[in-house]
Amino acid sequence: MDEAIKQNDKPPIIRVRDLYVGFGQKMILKGLDLDVRAGEVMGFVGGSGQGKSVLTRTILGLTPKKSGLIEVFDEKLDDLSRADYLILERRWGVLFQGGALFSSLTVRQNIQVPMREYLQLTQETMDELAMLKLKLVGLPPDAAEKFPSELSGGMIKRAALARALSLDPELLFLDEPTSGLDPISAAEFDDLISTLQKTLGLSVFMVTHDLDSLYSICDTIAALADGKVIACGPMSTMLASDHPWLRAYFHGKRSRSIVKSEAKASDGQA
Amino acid sequence: MSKAISAAPSFSVEKDGTNVRLALSGAWTISASRALEKTAAALSTAAKGAGQVQIDCAGISRLDTAGAWMIDKARAQIAEAGAAPSYAALTPDQKTLIGEAAYYPPSEAKPSNPHPLLCLLADLGKSTVGIGQEIYGGVAFLGEVVSTGVKVLFNFKLARPTAFVSHIEAFGLRSVPIIVTINFLVGCIVAQQGLFQLNRFGASILAVDLLGVLILREMGVLLTSIMIAGRSGSAITAEIGSMKMHEEIDALKVMGLTPMDVLVLPRLMALIVALPLLTFLGDMAALLGGMLTAWGYGGINPIAFGAELKTAIGVNTFMVGIIKAPFMALVIGMVAAMEGFKVQGSAESLGRQVTDSVVIAIFMVIFMDGLFAIFFASIKY
Repeated sequence: MDEAIKQNDKPPIIRVRDLYVGFGQKMILKGLDLDVRAGEVMGFVGGSGQGKSVLTRTILGLTPKKSGLIEVFDEKLDDLSRADYLILERRWGVLFQGGALFSSLTVRQNIQVPMREYLQLTQETMDELAMLKLKLVGLPPDAAEKFPSELSGGMIKRAALARALSLDPELLFLDEPTSGLDPISAAEFDDLISTLQKTLGLSVFMVTHDLDSLYSICDTIAALADGKVIACGPMSTMLASDHPWLRAYFHGKRSRSIVKSEAKASDGQA
Repeated sequence: MSKAISAAPSFSVEKDGTNVRLALSGAWTISASRALEKTAAALSTAAKGAGQVQIDCAGISRLDTAGAWMIDKARAQIAEAGAAPSYAALTPDQKTLIGEAAYYPPSEAKPSNPHPLLCLLADLGKSTVGIGQEIYGGVAFLGEVVSTGVKVLFNFKLARPTAFVSHIEAFGLRSVPIIVTINFLVGCIVAQQGLFQLNRFGASILAVDLLGVLILREMGVLLTSIMIAGRSGSAITAEIGSMKMHEEIDALKVMGLTPMDVLVLPRLMALIVALPLLTFLGDMAALLGGMLTAWGYGGINPIAFGAELKTAIGVNTFMVGIIKAPFMALVIGMVAAMEGFKVQGSAESLGRQVTDSVVIAIFMVIFMDGLFAIFFASIKY
């Protein structure tokens, strides 16, 4: 846990203060505060329909907020001009839950979309970089010329990650990256994110329900309930929390093995 | 962002005999775009003819995978030119990055394209076979529709009245305003042209005959069918296609329901019922338009118009148009459903099939109209 404490000194890369988001009369997020520190992997958990995706979408500017402050890379998103916002958007990459690959483009073209739009690179360089990204996410070279409809679920996630990494972002948003993957692929994907995060120095904001991912790669976990972050900290904080939802989440049937191994590890340390 | 971090990638060259030291500086990131490419390309040129090449990374303020790849590519090119490149002053982070983004030669060249003439012939063959398969598929589909229809006829429990009524509303009732308007306008135009052209022969009253025959036999049903092909045919293709994309068709199948029963037949039946009704409304609207034009533009009052119309047309004139309508509906519905089932996984494919559906349906409507014209002429109806 020393590492986590050390990282907590770093400046926040995402800062959310007193955020209110709602649809019609119904408020989803009620005064939410959140800090994601540079260089950490933040796992974001919460019950279905609690607004995890709403928060992600609000930070990304896809859902309008009622009030509150959102800062990414130390810039207040509200104060940015259109041009500055476009520059800022190039510094983050997003992996949508279903991949959201453009179905009419091949994987290679999908990866090249941001490069083509924002940069003046020759086709040769873009091809080389696309192949490099494919290698980074662990896809075979022959996947480059395939269309998304020809890929399996795991390959779609990897290809979408390659597209998210296309412009070498500093911040990566992942929406349930391991959902729909078998445990082995999910573990591989966790490793991949962890490796990329370390080598590329990424900050990662990850919405997930996968207890294994939370345990194995997240430095910090934030839990959402009743429109607020009810707890934020490393796994040990989550396990120690008395909040009923957190107890049900981290001490429920499905989490038994993880909690046990955590307990063993802490016994070993003691 | 400080200035040093966002500085463009650059390097300086120090030569000592055959030893060359390339000192890199600035931000070697993808956001430098063209500058990154050019600088990296210049690296290998600068090291031309050297023996030992040292790539000094101490001055690099920022490095990402694209930058690492470019530097390592230059290193590979230098090595290929016969020099011995090496890295110096790599930070651990840079080392992992260059390790992760290590250059590897591009895979073998793609197989060359065959002769263009060959491509042309292959394309021609492919589309010929495609048309053949299309016709075969159409006939098979018609067979399936008829057999399902007969099955439902004998076992009325299988019919889906709710879906049928809702489709009648969507295809029929909701189309009334546009069908009536467009036919009204065409009636006006036909009457105006008839009056204008026939006036030169002093036979402007015959414009009423022209209007009656043309609208009732051909124009009414044709315009209505074309509008429905565009409006409802495209909707059917898009609905079925989108259901196919989201595995909803498969979900129906595994529940023991056939898409033909559940999706196609109610839509087809609704079209077959709605199109004659719409054609009737269209005919009336066009005649009304023609009558008003004749009155206002040609000075033929409604009573004279009615008397002339009565001599010009009979029940058969009217029936020719109405008889054609259900067949047009069948063709439109079948083409739309078939194209819908052809949709593959992508949004592009959905768009293509919807376009195909409308184009083929309109073509088939006009083609069928031609066949009917020959048929009615030969039976002298």
